[in-house]
Amino acid sequence: MNKDIYILGIETSCDETAASVVKNGTEIISNVVASQIESHKRFGGVVPEIASRHHVEQITLVIEEALQLAGLEPHQLDAVAVTEGPGLVGALLIGVNAAKAFAFAHQLPLVGVHHIAGHIYANRLEQEMEFPLLALVISGGHTELIYMKEHGDFTVIGETRDDAAGEAYDKVARTLDLPYPGGPHIDRLAHAGEEAITFPRIWLEEGSYDFSFSGLKSSVLNYMHNAAQRGEKVVPEQVAAGFQNSVVEVVTGKTVRAAKEYKVRQVIAAGGVAANKGLRKSLETAFQELELPFYIPSLPLCTDNAAMIAAAGTVMYEKGLFGTMAMNGRPGMPLTSWI
Amino acid sequence: MIYLGIDTSNSPLSIALIEDERVLIEETSNLKINHSLTAMPAIEEMMKKAKITPAELTHIAVAEGPGSYTGVRIGLTIAKTLAWSLKIPLHLVSSLKVLAANGQGFEGLVCPIMDARRGTAFIGLYEGVGLIPVFADQHSDVREFLLKIKELNQPVLFTGVDAKFHEALITEVLGEQARWSEVSNRLPRASNLIMLARKSEESVVHHAVPEYRRITEAEANYNKAQEGKSV
Repeated sequence: MNKDIYILGIETSCDETAASVVKNGTEIISNVVASQIESHKRFGGVVPEIASRHHVEQITLVIEEALQLAGLEPHQLDAVAVTEGPGLVGALLIGVNAAKAFAFAHQLPLVGVHHIAGHIYANRLEQEMEFPLLALVISGGHTELIYMKEHGDFTVIGETRDDAAGEAYDKVARTLDLPYPGGPHIDRLAHAGEEAITFPRIWLEEGSYDFSFSGLKSSVLNYMHNAAQRGEKVVPEQVAAGFQNSVVEVVTGKTVRAAKEYKVRQVIAAGGVAANKGLRKSLETAFQELELPFYIPSLPLCTDNAAMIAAAGTVMYEKGLFGTMAMNGRPGMPLTSWI
Repeated sequence: MIYLGIDTSNSPLSIALIEDERVLIEETSNLKINHSLTAMPAIEEMMKKAKITPAELTHIAVAEGPGSYTGVRIGLTIAKTLAWSLKIPLHLVSSLKVLAANGQGFEGLVCPIMDARRGTAFIGLYEGVGLIPVFADQHSDVREFLLKIKELNQPVLFTGVDAKFHEALITEVLGEQARWSEVSNRLPRASNLIMLARKSEESVVHHAVPEYRRITEAEANYNKAQEGKSV
């Protein structure tokens, strides 16, 4: 029997200050998230400088709470894993420097984790991964389809060419005067049962697994603008349903086609937009028909958290992929395989 | 008693270790390199050279700002994480006071200055003897601050790597009143930071945050918009 591995995860890539302890890459021992959402609401979106300021205020409190809830002392940890990128640079480097200082103080190995790898490995905290696997990562900053042959082997087969899905949700929400973050509000309005307006489906060229949401967003904006010019009343529920239908149909369509072509044994979704009820239902129905195992992590693991960073970091730790004191926040970090 | 001092509040990096009454090592550079990348490796290397392990540290001292927002945050994040995880006291010292310490003993006033663009600076004014603040550290229009200094009618020693940046304006406003620290005396020195920290009270580690001396642009705009609404 091998010794258990305990990893401290730290995540500060956007507007959540998070720390967590995960055992063996699969079991959450503690998971602490300090959200800044209330502070950013008044600005209608995340203000990077303010996000960084909040991270400094919260960072040691959050790490301490994660260790206390886990009932562990630093010397009982095997390593510290931290989000190295991508994300907001000023935000990332709070987590990175705290992780470096903590690792240095206790002479622990340091592991730098890609944020998207983290989102994918959030699934492993609830359901063991089976390969080959297809992951749909869909959030405020990302929309990607990733094929995995085995642990740590990532091939991006499709990604957004402009806005991330969650970004489009937030922008459409703003035009409908919905509060930030807009995604959940659109999802709620879309389920009000109103007849949906038809907006275009952006499939891009045949066979492509890439996404584009800025055209759809513009269509919604045009519709609102034209209605206003004609003095017509816009029914927000109809706009929300129409926009969501378009996103859901394209995302489901591409994910299903990729799953078939790559003959995967498991499909997983991750990221904040994976919590969207409309998308969730559509994907679940599609993969049920295909009799293909499909999983979405529970809500707290869909949004940004540090347990997912510790989970991914555990696999990197087992592969001996360690960072140094010269680690830096990498806002544009590419997702590369751990080989 | 072993103090680790860290100053990353502007482009220079300065770190030092002082054991009781002996400066073990001090390293100061002005290479405009990324503190996030280099501060921790520099600390690790310096401690290795001095043969001091993290567990042997008894106090952490850090420059709390004002200065570069990102720079100040890097130093503070490293310092508070070290202090909290090693369970040792943390001391915060004004970055401007650290610069002013370069003019310690000067018979007159010392003005540490860090450029903040658009004719503004993070700027303070201290008595050279005793380093007692005359004006509070602040973010100010440089000319306005100099005009206030002029009224004091005392010699003023300017220090900080950005002092030369405002040389023309300083000379125009203060003329003979202005004195210049040597180029070799314009960088912050972490040994000075530690000596100031030793006279300061310890901070509550979890609550330690930078002294930005300026609200963010987003907040300033928001506040302006709110005022507009209430009128």
